[in-house]
Amino acid sequence: MSSPDAETAHTLRICEACMYCDGLCPVFPALAGGADDPAYLGNLCHNCRACWHACQYAPPHPFAINAPAVLARARLESYADHVWPRFLRHALQKPTLGAGLMVAAALATLLLLATAGHWTAARSGPGAFYAVAPWGLMASLAALSLAWAALSLTVSTLRYWRSISTDAKKAALAPSLLRTAADIVTLKNLSGGGPGCHDIGPGFSRLRRWFHQLMAAGVLLAFAATLAAALFQHFFKLEPPFALTSAPVLLGAIGGIAIALGAGALLAIEAFSEREPSNARETQLNVSFLTALELVSLSGLTLLAGRDTPAMGALLLVHLSLVTGFFVGLPSSKAIHAPFRAAALFRAALERRRPRRTGASE
Amino acid sequence: MPDDGVLVIGGGLAGLCAAIAARRLGVSVRLLENAPPALRGGNARHARNFRIAHAKPVWHTPGAYPPEDFLAELKKIAAPCPNEDLARALVEDSQTCAEWLMGCGVRLQAPDAGVRPFSRRTAFLLGGGKAMINALYAEAARLGVALEYDSDVLALAPTPEGWKAEIATAGARRRTRTRAIVVASGGPGGDPAWRREHFGENADEILLRGSPWSNGRLMRKLIESGAQTLGDPTSRHMVAVDARGPATDGGIVTRITAIPHGLVIDRNAERINLSGAGAGKTHYAQWGQKIAQCEGGAAFLLLDANAILRAPPAALAPIRADTLKTLAATLNLDAPALAKTVETFNREALHPIAAPPFFAFPLRAGLTFVHFGLAVDARLRVKTRDGAHKNLFAAGMIMAPNIFARGYLAGLGLTLSAVTGRRAGEAAARHVLA
Repeated sequence: MSSPDAETAHTLRICEACMYCDGLCPVFPALAGGADDPAYLGNLCHNCRACWHACQYAPPHPFAINAPAVLARARLESYADHVWPRFLRHALQKPTLGAGLMVAAALATLLLLATAGHWTAARSGPGAFYAVAPWGLMASLAALSLAWAALSLTVSTLRYWRSISTDAKKAALAPSLLRTAADIVTLKNLSGGGPGCHDIGPGFSRLRRWFHQLMAAGVLLAFAATLAAALFQHFFKLEPPFALTSAPVLLGAIGGIAIALGAGALLAIEAFSEREPSNARETQLNVSFLTALELVSLSGLTLLAGRDTPAMGALLLVHLSLVTGFFVGLPSSKAIHAPFRAAALFRAALERRRPRRTGASE
Repeated sequence: MPDDGVLVIGGGLAGLCAAIAARRLGVSVRLLENAPPALRGGNARHARNFRIAHAKPVWHTPGAYPPEDFLAELKKIAAPCPNEDLARALVEDSQTCAEWLMGCGVRLQAPDAGVRPFSRRTAFLLGGGKAMINALYAEAARLGVALEYDSDVLALAPTPEGWKAEIATAGARRRTRTRAIVVASGGPGGDPAWRREHFGENADEILLRGSPWSNGRLMRKLIESGAQTLGDPTSRHMVAVDARGPATDGGIVTRITAIPHGLVIDRNAERINLSGAGAGKTHYAQWGQKIAQCEGGAAFLLLDANAILRAPPAALAPIRADTLKTLAATLNLDAPALAKTVETFNREALHPIAAPPFFAFPLRAGLTFVHFGLAVDARLRVKTRDGAHKNLFAAGMIMAPNIFARGYLAGLGLTLSAVTGRRAGEAAARHVLA
């Protein structure tokens, strides 16, 4: 458990004494329940900014309370404090380094593929992709980068969970897991306690909630497409590119479009959202991750569009390089927020018993 | 927008309700807020809940709170009610207050959401008073109310055509041609000069819990122009607050609520006792008065290591010392006198101050509001000495002493402001339309 710095301690103290925001999200009830670990509260916060607009102590008040910014910083610190391998913390402390890692890995892959593959092998029909990049190379790149990302994210998340889990009297496991899953699927905490978030300005909106889930659904469909392709190859002995109406292509195309739309919209929201209740480094982390995802999905869609043209080889190599770079950089990217937030939600679900009534009234 | 409708002075809860209610009747409305946008909303920005009568449970407020009970409690604190008809109207309208505010986009908090206290008497605002204020400003703008921040009323006086105002916004002066005016600019507590004039000794030691923009300066202009007053300018609601808190806008968090767990002393390290006060809810208000009467308007709350565990959360961390002697030095108190006071206290106290480390909160009186304002008639028109003109209405805390000139009930301020604001806005609009 991390101990708060002076600004965080000041913020949490005032929030705990006030508690007017307890209906907006679970951060405040958790605080009232005695949790003052910034690493936990920071990940419980979904940055909906409802508390910022509702705050009677926000600047210019001398207390200068800015809970979203304080919790965003706590979130970032929790990533850097728990990421594994430890050297990745630099990439989370300095998001440009993390972006650099993705770019470097993509360029290295491109170099490798351009050397080992045949990007000018302009063929179409089954087996055309493997004429450009041999199956073994493609499969090992995918397997290695994916395994790396999965291993690192798993260990990082376990390290984080160990630091935030408590021995407090806990509710039953299964209902808590169900509740966590429901919180994730519905992004309940991006509702500001009902009316919506302040995505752009003082008005209420549900844009971030919807586009985040569109993007997440796109990622899941893209995974499903990869899985379907592997099954096609293994069981039906079919080789890509597959027919336009085949499951891998349909899933991939729909997933790619969903990612492109979702990530694009989230980038636009980042561009127009208020800067004050945010953390500049977190914004950098968001923007580089969303940009990477956008590039991966657009390169995939371009490949689909141009797969019967002489440019197919080049398009395939670029897409494969971007995907590999993305997975190599994934553990030190914004992707880490997903398992960390799930862990924080799980703790909140475990501890969700009748909390003590504490708020003051006037 | 034509400027011939209603002018609402004050952008707190009462003013916003007046502006929205008047605009909904079809007249043009101009709303003046003297604060800048970031500090708009008067004292309502620091509020959280409002008192409503309801015969059966509603989704946001459990149980029942019959209108008779509300009226009885109101009459008990106000005894006697300065204007019982208005008190009845307040209780009556409180029953539709929540619905009306929700119709303006205001969100309420369900009893099972978060950790809000249980209350059958009051409805809780989701996110608190500032969230409500934000919703009402958005609704007023949507309806086409002309909003002016950073504005000031230079003059408000009767003319042959009724009450007229001269206003200044961002330095530009002009006379308004509005046919009716609602003053909802708050009571007099926010003005340091006024406090000095009426509170006597230690007036400057009092911290303001509310907004300095709700300062009653317009009320003084009206009194000079012949408006009749009601209430006692020296009677006020005060609670114990942390002396290190801000001079204004302390709101809810600087209250020191741990007093029942410790010992209160003055600057001479002598015990301050509240005769007959238990740990009941109203003791806060009694402590405010008591501290204001102490030497230098200051006191300290002492707690020990056991008591601090029972203390509710406070905005600022207490001052800490390992011994009473070092605590005395930190607080600039006479150490032997402090030791003697603690020893005497410990002899009879259920929870003695004995376990180190020791803690202290420096205390001041925190002012909530003053029981003084303008007298109004049944239609909320400001009563004047000559009674000549009928186009000036008052709403909110500026006319609160018509309903209660003593004491306070939780959530009464918001209800009074919402109900009288709505009534005054509608009355002003009808005056324009007539």
